[in-house]
Amino acid sequence: MKTGETILSEREKILGRIREALKFSAPLPGSHGETSAHSTTESPASHAREWLPSVGASGTEQFDLFAKNCADLKADFQLFASRDELPAALKKIAAAEKWSRIASHDGELSNFASQSLGLPILLTDKGYDVQEMEKCDAGISECDALIAQTGGVVVTNRSAGGRALSVLPPHHIVIARREQLVADLPAAFAMLQQKYADNYPSMISFITGPSRTGDIERILVLGAHGPKKLTILCF
Amino acid sequence: MSFVSQFKSLASEKTRDLRHRSVIRTALRSYEVVRDKRKAAFQSWESARQAAAETKWEAINHLDEHLVALTAKLEARGTKVHWASNGAQAREIISQILRDKKARSIIKSKAMTSEEIHLNHALEKEGFTVVESDLGEFIVQLRHEPPYHIVFPSMHLTRGEIKDLFQKELGDAPSDSPEELTMVARRVMRQKYLTADVGFTGGNFAIAETGMISITENEGNARLTAALPKTMITLMGIEKVLPRFADLALFLPMLATAGAGQPMTCYNTMYSGPRQPGECDGPEEWHVVLLDNRRTELLADAEQRDSLHCIRCGACLNVCPIFRNVGGHTYGTTYSGPVGAVITPHLRGLQDWKHLSNASTLCGGCTEACPVKIDLHHHLLQNRRNASTSEPAFFEKLAYKTFAIVANEPAFWSLAKKIGWLTQPLQSLVKGTTLDPARAWTKTRDLPPQPLESFKDWWRNRK
Repeated sequence: MKTGETILSEREKILGRIREALKFSAPLPGSHGETSAHSTTESPASHAREWLPSVGASGTEQFDLFAKNCADLKADFQLFASRDELPAALKKIAAAEKWSRIASHDGELSNFASQSLGLPILLTDKGYDVQEMEKCDAGISECDALIAQTGGVVVTNRSAGGRALSVLPPHHIVIARREQLVADLPAAFAMLQQKYADNYPSMISFITGPSRTGDIERILVLGAHGPKKLTILCF
Repeated sequence: MSFVSQFKSLASEKTRDLRHRSVIRTALRSYEVVRDKRKAAFQSWESARQAAAETKWEAINHLDEHLVALTAKLEARGTKVHWASNGAQAREIISQILRDKKARSIIKSKAMTSEEIHLNHALEKEGFTVVESDLGEFIVQLRHEPPYHIVFPSMHLTRGEIKDLFQKELGDAPSDSPEELTMVARRVMRQKYLTADVGFTGGNFAIAETGMISITENEGNARLTAALPKTMITLMGIEKVLPRFADLALFLPMLATAGAGQPMTCYNTMYSGPRQPGECDGPEEWHVVLLDNRRTELLADAEQRDSLHCIRCGACLNVCPIFRNVGGHTYGTTYSGPVGAVITPHLRGLQDWKHLSNASTLCGGCTEACPVKIDLHHHLLQNRRNASTSEPAFFEKLAYKTFAIVANEPAFWSLAKKIGWLTQPLQSLVKGTTLDPARAWTKTRDLPPQPLESFKDWWRNRK
């Protein structure tokens, strides 16, 4: 390791060059020749909601939009009237894919869902063997939010069983409550800021559909490295 | 061979390669359709662009403050932040971490900064095993070539070529279906993830407010890279900062739309530290290497400072008529297309790379495509101006001076016309050969014959 001094001096050199460079001001974007400083106290992106793709006003419209986005993304979204309908839906998937073991984490919804299957469960909460998780047929997790605007799911390593549970097994099952649906991206970021304030989980991930690639002739293939399937069960 | 003659010879080879042109055209046509659809879904793409440009302006024009805030937040949660003024320093910092950790194998997710500092080559020379996990990067790594495009590294290859490559290098290629080929790569990579000592990533955005690094990807390879190995290293240019966490609500969908015509890229993940107390997985150590590598020189050029706003979406490459005809490898640079032509002279020397700014139609398509409104086509003109001011071309200057004298004096002008008319038959004997003074034009085109009577003469002599 280099000494702390060398590292510090490189930092000071770079910051020094930056400060020197910034003595001359640059024109504001979209205004040829003008050099006035950006004066507004409001962040330029604070009106993002007005420019991003529109979402409906009512809850029903937003659920419809979420469902439509999921279909476009090739994610499976199932909405239930009550929590009691979840086990049957899960069992159907487990039987169709011949699951023999699953990975999950401790949580009210994830416990309810994973225990209903009667299969061996790898719990991640107290540490786990990654080779064992690799052998699991599915990862069942909770989430922080669903986003109507994008069809996305927000997970953190705190709410969804760590960093690997939602990407390593070939099928990621998300269990969510209806009230977790937020309208758009700005609402999702506001929710995260409010929920975690100054103690953010070390990983926050916006998952938008199952893993995909287009690197061979721009043809869509699902399951490049992460899950081939993403199922969102919501009640 | 000089950079300019290499560019010219590859450009003329590629523009004549019809197969190459059809592969690129097909790939970009499907991109254009989805990009336009996603742009249209925005309530106002133009307002979003303006806000994104202003946000990046704010970030870059207060870069020192944001970097200080970012590193303080990162370090508070146990992340080790390193600063590198150039590529050699960055390579040394990274090798030193690998040596300290007694690492052998490194799994990498896509990072253009690592291409910029030729990291893989340096690490392999030291005996480390480096595996690119992004499918496109994996393919070009197997071919021992640099990525063709900053977002679509293997867009120049057909499925047949990739099948042959996998058969030769991996001994496994069941068919040429993209689905099956992707699954081959998935199988190869799985075990590498589980056994790699170190995970290496790039970064798309760094949030000063919360001390986070946001990584955008579709495959899940960066997610796994940042989850499984015990040590994680992230290399990122200093210009990647955004002031606020909430700015991502705008930048993530814009990057996805401009870059690949997606509403959102599949995984957008914000990391704010290594594994924290009470967390069940993730790296024990996280090293973030902040790279200058002459970005501060670009910052010092106030006129072109906005080129540091670039979020590397590749939209300007995709619309550029030059890129689409000469292809990505012809540039010979890490960053190709219009933005590469603008920044490479700053990063690697103006006189050596000024020809890239001449390889442009100045159509302005790049500026229009840019989601953060970088004034790309004007910067190409400014590079041309700067290149000729700092090192004027003697013969070109002489030629223009002579032309000015002749054109300003009617007697000289009319004499020149006569000489032109008289020597014209001689020119037609050597047309297109090296003896032809108009060769640059005539080797692929006809020079129209010059009539004895000019329009001016005809006007004067008409009844």
